[in-house]
Amino acid sequence: MWNSPAEFFAMGGYALYVWSSFGVCALVLVLEPLFVRARFKAIVRRLKQEQLAEQFDKEKSH
Amino acid sequence: MNEVNSLSNSRWINWFKLSSPSTFYPLAGKLIPIFWGLTAVFGMAGLWVSFFVAPVDAVQGQGYRIIFIHVPASWMSMLIYLVMAAWAGLGLVFNTRLSAMMAQALAPIGAWMAFLSLWTGAFWGKPMWGAWWVWDARLTSELILLFLYLGFIALQASIENPRRADKAGAILALVGVVNVPIIYFSVKWWNTLHQGASVSLSKAPAMAQTMLWGMLLMALCFWMYSIAVGLMRVRAIILEREAHTDWVRQLSEVKS
Repeated sequence: MWNSPAEFFAMGGYALYVWSSFGVCALVLVLEPLFVRARFKAIVRRLKQEQLAEQFDKEKSH
Repeated sequence: MNEVNSLSNSRWINWFKLSSPSTFYPLAGKLIPIFWGLTAVFGMAGLWVSFFVAPVDAVQGQGYRIIFIHVPASWMSMLIYLVMAAWAGLGLVFNTRLSAMMAQALAPIGAWMAFLSLWTGAFWGKPMWGAWWVWDARLTSELILLFLYLGFIALQASIENPRRADKAGAILALVGVVNVPIIYFSVKWWNTLHQGASVSLSKAPAMAQTMLWGMLLMALCFWMYSIAVGLMRVRAIILEREAHTDWVRQLSEVKS
Protein backbone atom coordinates (compact mmCIF):
# COMPACT_ATOMS: atom_id res chain seq x y z
CA MET A 1 0.00 0.00 0.00
CA TRP A 2 2.85 2.37 0.82
CA ASN A 3 5.60 2.69 -1.77
CA SER A 4 8.17 4.31 0.51
CA PRO A 5 8.62 5.27 4.16
CA ALA A 6 8.35 8.92 3.11
CA GLU A 7 4.95 8.27 1.63
CA PHE A 8 3.89 6.53 4.82
CA PHE A 9 4.92 9.46 6.98
CA ALA A 10 3.28 11.96 4.64
CA MET A 11 -0.10 10.21 5.15
CA GLY A 12 -1.43 11.52 1.87
CA GLY A 13 -1.10 15.12 3.05
CA TYR A 14 -2.72 14.49 6.43
CA ALA A 15 0.57 14.00 8.29
CA LEU A 16 -0.04 16.81 10.81
CA TYR A 17 -3.49 15.53 11.75
CA VAL A 18 -2.78 11.81 11.80
CA TRP A 19 0.54 12.03 13.65
CA SER A 20 -0.70 14.64 16.16
CA SER A 21 -3.55 12.29 17.02
CA PHE A 22 -1.49 9.12 17.26
CA GLY A 23 1.46 10.95 18.87
CA VAL A 24 -0.49 12.53 21.72
CA CYS A 25 -2.39 9.30 22.20
CA ALA A 26 0.85 7.31 22.53
CA LEU A 27 2.31 9.95 24.85
CA VAL A 28 -0.67 9.86 27.21
CA LEU A 29 -0.91 6.07 27.20
CA VAL A 30 2.81 5.71 27.98
CA LEU A 31 3.09 8.46 30.62
CA GLU A 32 0.00 7.44 32.57
CA PRO A 33 1.28 4.01 33.75
CA LEU A 34 4.70 5.56 34.48
CA PHE A 35 3.08 8.09 36.81
CA VAL A 36 1.04 5.37 38.48
CA ARG A 37 4.16 3.28 38.99
CA ALA A 38 6.01 6.26 40.48
CA ARG A 39 3.10 6.85 42.87
CA PHE A 40 3.07 3.18 43.86
CA LYS A 41 6.82 3.17 44.50
CA ALA A 42 6.60 6.35 46.56
CA ILE A 43 3.96 4.77 48.82
CA VAL A 44 5.98 1.58 49.27
CA ARG A 45 9.06 3.66 50.12
CA ARG A 46 7.10 5.68 52.69
CA LEU A 47 5.66 2.56 54.31
CA LYS A 48 9.12 1.01 54.48
CA GLN A 49 10.56 4.11 56.14
CA GLU A 50 7.75 4.13 58.68
CA GLN A 51 8.49 0.52 59.62
CA LEU A 52 12.20 1.26 59.90
CA ALA A 53 11.47 4.23 62.14
CA GLU A 54 9.26 2.07 64.37
CA GLN A 55 11.90 -0.62 64.67
CA PHE A 56 14.47 2.00 65.53
CA ASP A 57 12.22 3.40 68.23
CA LYS A 58 11.68 -0.06 69.72
CA GLU A 59 15.38 -0.82 69.82
CA LYS A 60 16.10 2.47 71.53
CA SER A 61 13.53 1.89 74.25
CA HIS A 62 15.01 -1.50 75.16
CA MET B 1 -29.19 -30.78 48.63
CA ASN B 2 -26.31 -30.46 50.97
CA GLU B 3 -23.91 -30.39 48.11
CA VAL B 4 -25.77 -27.57 46.42
CA ASN B 5 -25.79 -25.63 49.60
CA SER B 6 -22.12 -25.95 50.24
CA LEU B 7 -21.38 -25.02 46.64
CA SER B 8 -23.38 -21.83 46.74
CA ASN B 9 -21.97 -21.18 50.14
CA SER B 10 -18.38 -21.42 49.03
CA ARG B 11 -19.10 -19.22 46.05
CA TRP B 12 -20.62 -16.63 48.32
CA ILE B 13 -17.59 -16.70 50.57
CA ASN B 14 -15.27 -16.42 47.60
CA TRP B 15 -16.95 -13.27 46.37
CA PHE B 16 -16.80 -11.80 49.80
CA LYS B 17 -13.15 -12.66 50.10
CA LEU B 18 -12.39 -11.08 46.74
CA SER B 19 -14.03 -7.87 47.80
CA SER B 20 -11.57 -7.48 50.63
CA PRO B 21 -8.53 -5.36 49.75
CA SER B 22 -6.11 -7.82 51.37
CA THR B 23 -7.13 -10.64 48.99
CA PHE B 24 -7.55 -8.45 45.96
CA TYR B 25 -4.19 -6.72 46.27
CA PRO B 26 -2.01 -9.79 45.46
CA LEU B 27 -4.51 -11.02 42.85
CA ALA B 28 -4.37 -7.66 41.05
CA GLY B 29 -0.58 -7.88 41.15
CA LYS B 30 -0.73 -11.20 39.31
CA LEU B 31 -3.28 -9.99 36.76
CA ILE B 32 -1.43 -6.81 35.74
CA PRO B 33 1.24 -8.50 33.55
CA ILE B 34 -1.45 -10.57 31.80
CA PHE B 35 -3.39 -7.46 30.84
CA TRP B 36 -0.21 -5.68 29.71
CA GLY B 37 0.54 -8.67 27.49
CA LEU B 38 -2.94 -8.53 25.97
CA THR B 39 -2.60 -4.77 25.49
CA ALA B 40 0.63 -5.30 23.54
CA VAL B 41 -0.78 -8.10 21.39
CA PHE B 42 -4.00 -6.29 20.48
CA GLY B 43 -2.12 -3.00 20.08
CA MET B 44 0.41 -4.39 17.62
CA ALA B 45 -2.25 -6.24 15.64
CA GLY B 46 -4.51 -3.18 15.68
CA LEU B 47 -1.79 -0.77 14.55
CA TRP B 48 -0.75 -3.16 11.82
CA VAL B 49 -4.29 -3.34 10.47
CA SER B 50 -4.81 0.42 10.94
CA PHE B 51 -1.79 1.43 8.91
CA PHE B 52 -0.97 -1.45 6.59
CA VAL B 53 -4.11 -3.47 5.93
CA ALA B 54 -7.04 -1.05 5.99
CA PRO B 55 -7.39 0.58 2.56
CA VAL B 56 -7.40 4.31 1.95
CA ASP B 57 -10.82 5.97 2.32
CA ALA B 58 -12.48 7.11 -0.87
CA VAL B 59 -13.62 10.44 0.58
CA GLN B 60 -11.24 11.25 3.43
CA GLY B 61 -7.99 9.86 2.02
CA GLN B 62 -5.43 8.78 4.61
CA GLY B 63 -6.81 11.28 7.12
CA TYR B 64 -9.55 8.88 8.13
CA ARG B 65 -6.99 6.66 9.92
CA ILE B 66 -7.56 8.80 13.03
CA ILE B 67 -10.72 6.71 13.43
CA PHE B 68 -8.61 3.82 14.74
CA ILE B 69 -7.88 5.69 17.96
CA HIS B 70 -10.74 8.18 18.00
CA VAL B 71 -13.52 5.60 18.17
CA PRO B 72 -11.82 3.29 20.73
CA ALA B 73 -11.00 6.28 22.98
CA SER B 74 -14.59 7.49 22.76
CA TRP B 75 -16.03 4.05 23.46
CA MET B 76 -13.73 3.58 26.43
CA SER B 77 -14.53 7.01 27.84
CA MET B 78 -18.20 6.01 27.98
CA LEU B 79 -17.67 2.40 29.08
CA ILE B 80 -15.26 3.37 31.86
CA TYR B 81 -17.76 5.93 33.11
CA LEU B 82 -20.47 3.26 33.37
CA VAL B 83 -18.12 0.83 35.13
CA MET B 84 -16.89 3.56 37.46
CA ALA B 85 -20.45 4.58 38.34
CA ALA B 86 -21.39 0.93 38.91
CA TRP B 87 -18.48 0.45 41.34
CA ALA B 88 -19.30 3.72 43.07
CA GLY B 89 -22.95 2.68 43.36
CA LEU B 90 -21.97 -0.74 44.77
CA GLY B 91 -19.78 1.01 47.30
CA LEU B 92 -22.66 3.27 48.26
CA VAL B 93 -25.13 0.39 48.71
CA PHE B 94 -22.94 -2.31 50.28
CA ASN B 95 -20.42 -0.02 51.91
CA THR B 96 -17.55 -2.14 50.61
CA ARG B 97 -14.16 -0.46 50.72
CA LEU B 98 -12.81 -2.00 47.55
CA SER B 99 -15.63 -0.84 45.26
CA ALA B 100 -15.05 2.79 46.10
CA MET B 101 -11.33 2.33 45.51
CA MET B 102 -12.06 0.78 42.11
CA ALA B 103 -14.20 3.78 41.15
CA GLN B 104 -11.43 6.11 42.25
CA ALA B 105 -8.83 4.16 40.28
CA LEU B 106 -10.85 4.28 37.07
CA ALA B 107 -11.68 8.00 37.04
CA PRO B 108 -8.31 9.30 35.75
CA ILE B 109 -8.17 6.72 32.92
CA GLY B 110 -11.68 7.66 31.88
CA ALA B 111 -10.74 11.32 31.95
CA TRP B 112 -7.72 10.63 29.73
CA MET B 113 -9.88 8.64 27.31
CA ALA B 114 -12.39 11.50 27.10
CA PHE B 115 -9.51 13.91 26.53
CA LEU B 116 -8.06 11.70 23.78
CA SER B 117 -11.47 11.39 22.18
CA LEU B 118 -11.78 15.19 22.03
CA TRP B 119 -8.17 15.72 20.97
CA THR B 120 -8.21 13.20 18.13
CA GLY B 121 -11.66 14.47 17.20
CA ALA B 122 -10.31 18.01 16.89
CA PHE B 123 -7.46 16.83 14.68
CA TRP B 124 -9.95 14.94 12.56
CA GLY B 125 -12.50 17.74 12.44
CA LYS B 126 -10.02 20.36 11.29
CA PRO B 127 -9.17 18.80 7.91
CA MET B 128 -12.63 17.31 7.29
CA TRP B 129 -15.00 19.99 8.61
CA GLY B 130 -12.60 22.94 8.61
CA ALA B 131 -13.00 23.51 12.35
CA TRP B 132 -11.16 22.23 15.44
CA TRP B 133 -14.30 22.52 17.48
CA VAL B 134 -18.01 23.07 16.95
CA TRP B 135 -20.73 23.25 19.61
CA ASP B 136 -22.34 20.14 18.26
CA ALA B 137 -24.44 17.84 20.46
CA ARG B 138 -21.97 14.96 20.39
CA LEU B 139 -18.86 17.06 20.95
CA THR B 140 -20.49 19.06 23.72
CA SER B 141 -21.82 16.01 25.57
CA GLU B 142 -18.38 14.36 25.35
CA LEU B 143 -16.85 17.54 26.80
CA ILE B 144 -19.38 17.34 29.64
CA LEU B 145 -18.23 13.75 30.22
CA LEU B 146 -14.65 14.99 30.61
CA PHE B 147 -15.88 17.60 33.12
CA LEU B 148 -17.83 14.91 35.01
CA TYR B 149 -14.64 12.88 35.38
CA LEU B 150 -12.67 15.93 36.49
CA GLY B 151 -15.47 16.92 38.87
CA PHE B 152 -15.48 13.42 40.38
CA ILE B 153 -11.70 13.51 40.88
CA ALA B 154 -11.74 17.06 42.31
CA LEU B 155 -14.67 16.35 44.62
CA GLN B 156 -13.00 13.25 46.07
CA ALA B 157 -9.71 15.07 46.47
CA SER B 158 -11.35 17.98 48.30
CA ILE B 159 -12.97 15.87 51.05
CA GLU B 160 -10.58 14.84 53.79
CA ASN B 161 -12.50 11.85 55.15
CA PRO B 162 -12.14 9.06 52.56
CA ARG B 163 -15.48 7.39 53.37
CA ARG B 164 -17.37 10.65 52.96
CA ALA B 165 -15.38 11.42 49.81
CA ASP B 166 -16.46 8.03 48.43
CA LYS B 167 -20.11 8.78 49.14
CA ALA B 168 -20.09 12.25 47.63
CA GLY B 169 -18.19 10.99 44.58
CA ALA B 170 -20.60 8.09 44.13
CA ILE B 171 -23.61 10.38 44.06
CA LEU B 172 -21.95 12.64 41.49
CA ALA B 173 -20.94 9.62 39.38
CA LEU B 174 -24.45 8.15 39.47
CA VAL B 175 -26.14 11.41 38.56
CA GLY B 176 -23.70 11.82 35.67
CA VAL B 177 -24.66 8.45 34.16
CA VAL B 178 -27.54 10.22 32.41
CA ASN B 179 -24.95 11.86 30.16
CA VAL B 180 -23.70 8.59 28.65
CA PRO B 181 -26.84 7.72 26.62
CA ILE B 182 -27.02 11.37 25.63
CA ILE B 183 -23.56 11.10 24.06
CA TYR B 184 -24.32 7.77 22.47
CA PHE B 185 -27.63 8.77 20.88
CA SER B 186 -26.77 12.42 20.25
CA VAL B 187 -26.11 11.74 16.57
CA LYS B 188 -29.61 10.29 16.27
CA TRP B 189 -31.55 12.70 18.44
CA TRP B 190 -30.10 15.90 17.04
CA ASN B 191 -29.02 17.00 13.64
CA THR B 192 -25.29 17.05 14.22
CA LEU B 193 -22.22 17.72 12.16
CA HIS B 194 -20.68 14.61 13.68
CA GLN B 195 -21.27 11.55 11.54
CA GLY B 196 -23.59 8.77 12.69
CA ALA B 197 -22.47 5.66 14.54
CA SER B 198 -19.84 3.70 12.60
CA VAL B 199 -20.86 0.45 14.21
CA SER B 200 -24.44 -0.38 15.06
CA LEU B 201 -25.87 -3.44 16.74
CA SER B 202 -28.94 -3.54 14.53
CA LYS B 203 -27.44 -3.28 11.06
CA ALA B 204 -24.29 -4.18 9.20
CA PRO B 205 -21.48 -1.69 9.74
CA ALA B 206 -21.17 0.93 7.05
CA MET B 207 -17.47 0.38 6.47
CA ALA B 208 -14.97 -2.01 4.99
CA GLN B 209 -14.35 -5.23 6.93
CA THR B 210 -10.68 -4.50 7.45
CA MET B 211 -11.43 -1.03 8.82
CA LEU B 212 -13.87 -2.57 11.25
CA TRP B 213 -11.28 -5.13 12.33
CA GLY B 214 -8.68 -2.44 12.91
CA MET B 215 -11.10 -0.51 15.05
CA LEU B 216 -12.16 -3.53 17.09
CA LEU B 217 -8.55 -4.60 17.70
CA MET B 218 -7.62 -1.10 18.82
CA ALA B 219 -10.70 -0.99 21.05
CA LEU B 220 -9.62 -4.28 22.66
CA CYS B 221 -6.12 -2.84 23.13
CA PHE B 222 -7.55 0.26 24.88
CA TRP B 223 -9.80 -1.97 26.95
CA MET B 224 -6.99 -4.19 28.20
CA TYR B 225 -4.86 -1.10 28.79
CA SER B 226 -7.57 0.46 30.95
CA ILE B 227 -7.81 -2.70 33.04
CA ALA B 228 -4.03 -2.90 33.45
CA VAL B 229 -3.65 0.73 34.51
CA GLY B 230 -6.79 0.52 36.65
CA LEU B 231 -5.37 -2.46 38.55
CA MET B 232 -2.04 -0.69 38.98
CA ARG B 233 -3.72 2.38 40.40
CA VAL B 234 -6.09 0.46 42.64
CA ARG B 235 -3.07 -1.26 44.21
CA ALA B 236 -1.54 2.12 44.99
CA ILE B 237 -4.84 3.34 46.45
CA ILE B 238 -5.19 0.17 48.54
CA LEU B 239 -1.73 0.65 50.03
CA GLU B 240 -2.45 4.30 50.76
CA ARG B 241 -5.77 3.68 52.43
CA GLU B 242 -4.85 0.49 54.28
CA ALA B 243 -1.41 1.66 55.36
CA HIS B 244 -2.31 1.27 59.03
CA THR B 245 -3.48 -2.37 58.74
CA ASP B 246 -1.52 -5.44 59.73
CA TRP B 247 -1.71 -7.17 56.37
CA VAL B 248 -0.05 -4.21 54.63
CA ARG B 249 2.69 -4.18 57.25
CA GLN B 250 3.31 -7.89 56.59
CA LEU B 251 3.67 -7.44 52.80
CA SER B 252 7.06 -8.49 51.51
CA GLU B 253 7.51 -5.31 49.47
CA VAL B 254 6.86 -3.13 52.52
CA LYS B 255 8.77 -5.11 55.14
CA SER B 256 12.22 -3.78 55.83
